[in-house]
Amino acid sequence: MINKLWVGLIVIGSLFLIITGRADVLNAQILSSGKATLELVMQIFPLVSLWLGIMNIAKESGLLLKVSKLIYPFLHRIFPEIPKGHESFGYIASNILSNMFGLGNAATPFGLKAMKSLQSLNKNKEEASHSMITFLIINTCGLCIIPTTIISLRMLYDSKDPSFITIPCFVVSFISLLFGLMIDKIWRKKDGGSK
Amino acid sequence: MKMASSLFIPILVLVIIVYAAYKKVNVYDSFVSGAKEGLPMVKSMFFSLLAMIFGVNIFLKSGVINYFFDFLRPLLLFINIPAEILPVAIMRPLSGSFGLALLNDMYKVYGPDSFISLLASVIQGSSDTTIYVITLYFGTIGIKKIKYALWVGLLTDLFMVIVALILVPLFF
Repeated sequence: MINKLWVGLIVIGSLFLIITGRADVLNAQILSSGKATLELVMQIFPLVSLWLGIMNIAKESGLLLKVSKLIYPFLHRIFPEIPKGHESFGYIASNILSNMFGLGNAATPFGLKAMKSLQSLNKNKEEASHSMITFLIINTCGLCIIPTTIISLRMLYDSKDPSFITIPCFVVSFISLLFGLMIDKIWRKKDGGSK
Repeated sequence: MKMASSLFIPILVLVIIVYAAYKKVNVYDSFVSGAKEGLPMVKSMFFSLLAMIFGVNIFLKSGVINYFFDFLRPLLLFINIPAEILPVAIMRPLSGSFGLALLNDMYKVYGPDSFISLLASVIQGSSDTTIYVITLYFGTIGIKKIKYALWVGLLTDLFMVIVALILVPLFF
């Protein structure tokens, strides 16, 4: 799927640039994409390391397991395939909480860690498990109580009420999350046996 | 609300460290050995991100999407949807920085409290960069077959835009 999307993006983009006589943009992109990626990864790297360090403390002290057990009744319905008390519940909960507070910087490392622990439960290491896809849907819905970036942008432009969007954002993302979980469930059934 | 957001991390860190010290964990060693996992993780995400950023950038910089917008504009006007919303909605799953730049332009032109800016903000704030999240998460752990993940993600994004179009006028 990603393969087709990637080929499509490059072929359509490149052909269009060549037809409109802007091949130089293509050349510039070949150089600048590498730099852009490296900059992004360099931004993520220290944050990921820091949060992995802190999460490791939570894991070794047993706090993560406690949180996992506490949150199990709530998340069990959404993730029926994860065994009770598995550490991934702790990471998933941390990721969802950080996202809700609009803390993308912390949410990403937790999300990566959650994915890694879901991978340890996965039978076929090259194929996405149902739990992974469900977790991904929760993430792409961006359920958020405090959309920090947008609020600060609104402040920058002297909005009368910068945090006005908070409630509409929450309501809309919550409804779309319910929809996402629903069609995820339908697809999961269709996908059937292969876990 | 903003208070809660800025207090969340300090309290989280404090609770984790104090609890671990109370449980007699060697907190410092534990932190360092955990943080070390960061490097292999970042290493494994780099290449899939490089591929996706390269692809998305060529597509976006080519401007081919503008033709697509021009093509859809009359249709949107027909069903009474402001056409300016279209780029915001389509960029949302593709690129976070592009989407934010569009929002920035809209605030500049229409002001942050206008209906159209509000609608764009809600669309921007009620979803995440689906393509990026999929690439990052699956790329890092080495998943090759993502099955139906992309479809569910993009369908949900589409649904979110429809919900925003229906609900935001009620809030305004």
